[in-house]
Amino acid sequence: MNTLYEYGGDEFIFVQLSEEMSLESNFAGMAITRKLKEKQVEGILDICPSNASYMVRFDPDVLDPEVLMNELKEIERTIDPLDVTISSRLVDVPVLFEDPWTHEALMRFRDRHQDPEATDLQYSARINGYANTDDFIEAITRSPFLVSMIGFVPGLPWCFQMVPREKQIEVPKYVRPRTFTPERAFGFGGAFSVIYPVQGAGGYQLYGIAPAPIYQKEQTLPDFKDSMVFPQQGDIFRYRSITRDEYDDIRKQVDEGTFTYQKKAFTFTPGEVLGDLESFSESVMRRLYHD
Amino acid sequence: MIKVSKPGLQTTVQDKGRIGFYEIGMPPSGAMDQYSYTVANLLVGNQPNAAALEITYLGPELLFEKDMRISLTGGSMPPKINGESVPMWETLAVREGDVLSFDFVKSGARVYLAVEGGIDVPVIMNSRSTYTLIGIGGFQGRPLAAGDVLQTGHMKEKDVPVGSKISDADIPAFGKAHEIRVVVGLCSYRLTEESKQSFLQTEWTVTPEANRIGYRHRGERLQFVERKQPFGAGSNPSNVTDLGYPIGSIQVPDGVEPIVLLHDAVTGGGYATIATVISSDLNRMGQIKTNEKVRFVSVSMIEALQARRETQEKLRRIAASL
Repeated sequence: MNTLYEYGGDEFIFVQLSEEMSLESNFAGMAITRKLKEKQVEGILDICPSNASYMVRFDPDVLDPEVLMNELKEIERTIDPLDVTISSRLVDVPVLFEDPWTHEALMRFRDRHQDPEATDLQYSARINGYANTDDFIEAITRSPFLVSMIGFVPGLPWCFQMVPREKQIEVPKYVRPRTFTPERAFGFGGAFSVIYPVQGAGGYQLYGIAPAPIYQKEQTLPDFKDSMVFPQQGDIFRYRSITRDEYDDIRKQVDEGTFTYQKKAFTFTPGEVLGDLESFSESVMRRLYHD
Repeated sequence: MIKVSKPGLQTTVQDKGRIGFYEIGMPPSGAMDQYSYTVANLLVGNQPNAAALEITYLGPELLFEKDMRISLTGGSMPPKINGESVPMWETLAVREGDVLSFDFVKSGARVYLAVEGGIDVPVIMNSRSTYTLIGIGGFQGRPLAAGDVLQTGHMKEKDVPVGSKISDADIPAFGKAHEIRVVVGLCSYRLTEESKQSFLQTEWTVTPEANRIGYRHRGERLQFVERKQPFGAGSNPSNVTDLGYPIGSIQVPDGVEPIVLLHDAVTGGGYATIATVISSDLNRMGQIKTNEKVRFVSVSMIEALQARRETQEKLRRIAASL
């Protein structure tokens, strides 16, 4: 691995493990940042794992930047990323595809899109070689996604599908970002799916909307008791295509404060995942819905 | 109790910031000019993290409903109490019924108003700072509006006599052209050598898109090294596999208009970052206005740390003098 270590001003170190996205580099970042967290080094303010990189914010008055830099290199040298146990959750994440709200939003910004004549879903299906949008939705919902990074705004999960490279979906971002994206919109950009926690700008292709929040400021729903944000890096999400009726039903449960995600606690090692991706995905689906 | 008669353009409650929640996507928020904010608290004897008001471009009109000491620091926005000019960078006394107002901004962009005891708003994730994008912190998660009533808190630790001031040498001057020191790095490997030079040689103009989230600059178009984009990054040459953005980091979407990300910025995304503003110059960045000029000056990490020590030394000296 060709790791890049860089200073971000006098308070950050940025470490790029790989220029391209892969489960391997995400697991490596997860292993290194978890190790670093365990060490409880004085002077570290934030540890931010991301997709194929990570970032540490530190207080240089307490912790010498060079000492920290060497510590990070030492962890990378000594850790075996395949042999780390990751405590995670398997989560069923309902999505209403081709919903009226994201449809309206994407139609407003056709002039910023690669293919103004198609919807985002039609365009993405086509450039990824799918015959129609149903097959494309099927590919998204068939296999689970690893929550590979949290950020942008509070709670936004970047999710990377746990399928072999040749089956991974990749789409460009909008030519110019939208100034509006509905809250809970389900989008795709690069090799990542996301759910937008709040209404705002955004440049990912829009395919649908999630009825359940992933960020809740008021923290009234049971899943948000401990944190305003639901997703955690290392979680495994399965996006499930739902009908408008189920969407409305979940919205009602959210309003009444009774909604909880269907989820199971789960531990795994990167070695198990990378050893046989397809059978790992199948076991995840079994465990989430049948065990 | 302070009543807001007019809110100004954007007045928010800020403190040192919401540190430690970056990994869930929570930017630090907090005062954009931490130097001026810290001095404002020192002048009224507050604990270092007491919340103050950050006033942007156009000042509010505030009615004090009890006697208290206040101070005003930051950019030059001439303040008046009951219509009479009063100095900035000095401990002032206001009486019940006094009205504070401001003339138009003369230099800088942001003024800090500290009140004895600090502004009392709920602490959310260890901070009273406002983060308007998702509406948390500060006064109801938003900028002040006419009719709001602010309570003062109990974060005073010292009596500072009215009339106390800091030495003129410690009062920053804000012109219309700025040199901002940066540490070049992060994904700067994506820029061509010419564009790396041109980034540092160009006199950039701050566009109207300059706020607590970030500042956009107009100048030259920058070019990226040609390559086959790595898997996951996206197709634009300025795209990288989505990563974390340090506060103060600079990105150049599509090669046009470098954006300096500031205290309310998004915490990560898919644009190559090429340099980071050093912590002591983030203060000055927050005092730059639209249409002013910026040059980015490359410094080493050692120089960045030296600048940081100088800023801290100044603040220690000010604290000791009050």
